[in-house]
Amino acid sequence: MSKIGVVTFPGSLDDGDAARAARISGAEVVRLWHADPDLHGVDAVVLPGGFSYGDYLRCGAIARFAPVMETIADAARGGMPVLGICNGFQILCEAHLLPGALTRNQHLHFRNRDQWLRMENSSTAWTNHFAEGQEILIPVKNGEGCYVADERTLDELEANGQIVARYVRGNPNGSTRDIAAIRNEAGNVLGIMPHPEHAVEALTGPSLDGLGFFSSVLKHLADAKAAA
Amino acid sequence: MARVVVDVMLKPEILDPQGQAVANALPRLGVNDVASVRIGRRVEIDFAGDADLERAREIADKLLANPVIEDYEIRVVEAA
Repeated sequence: MSKIGVVTFPGSLDDGDAARAARISGAEVVRLWHADPDLHGVDAVVLPGGFSYGDYLRCGAIARFAPVMETIADAARGGMPVLGICNGFQILCEAHLLPGALTRNQHLHFRNRDQWLRMENSSTAWTNHFAEGQEILIPVKNGEGCYVADERTLDELEANGQIVARYVRGNPNGSTRDIAAIRNEAGNVLGIMPHPEHAVEALTGPSLDGLGFFSSVLKHLADAKAAA
Repeated sequence: MARVVVDVMLKPEILDPQGQAVANALPRLGVNDVASVRIGRRVEIDFAGDADLERAREIADKLLANPVIEDYEIRVVEAA
């Protein structure tokens, strides 16, 4: 069974839900601690939402220097699948594992609602389950989710197919080019502002669309093991 | 003690919604001649010994400013 590690930083909020989503999807879950650089043999890592280290200075700026992050950054460069959700996306940008940055919502309001996304790239470890052009509904909840990058970087992201999901039927935070999720060039690292882990059960989520991210990585890991 | 001050500002091309919100509030104070407001962060670093500008620059590069969206200026000041 594939092992998915979920990191807890001081101030993480959604680590429990991320672990639950991974478990429901059929993974063995390993909880990882920010101060422990050991990844305990996991095959993939989720950086959850929340307010790591109080979001002091900038969101994700201090978490980037956590002992566990140095190991994760090395593993990510080596091809390990890493998913950063919300605060996790901010950490991945601060750690330069993804380009650009996430800034204060343009309207300055915290936004918490169910959000439609259009999936635009299925060639990542975390999105192979989705059809390109498929629309999904998952919760968004952030105060600093406005993705920015310089025009050249944005054009490169577009040209390389690195924009994985865009907001449709309304942009909740003013994000440039309606960007909700991006991947690195290799496709193993994905940052997403809305929350797939909150859409895995009918009782608590607006849909079950979030499961697709976790079943994607399990398929990716199974395929990699079969090929090895 | 020696103090180094680092002023961190959003790059000019990055929208500053906080600054805009402040600018939009100014007419309520009767102030109508302000074209724009931008908000940054001032960081004071007190060294135990001499001011180490190089070290302060390293701190600013790695942690205090995000070069994707922010610029910074750095200077030594007389600590109070």
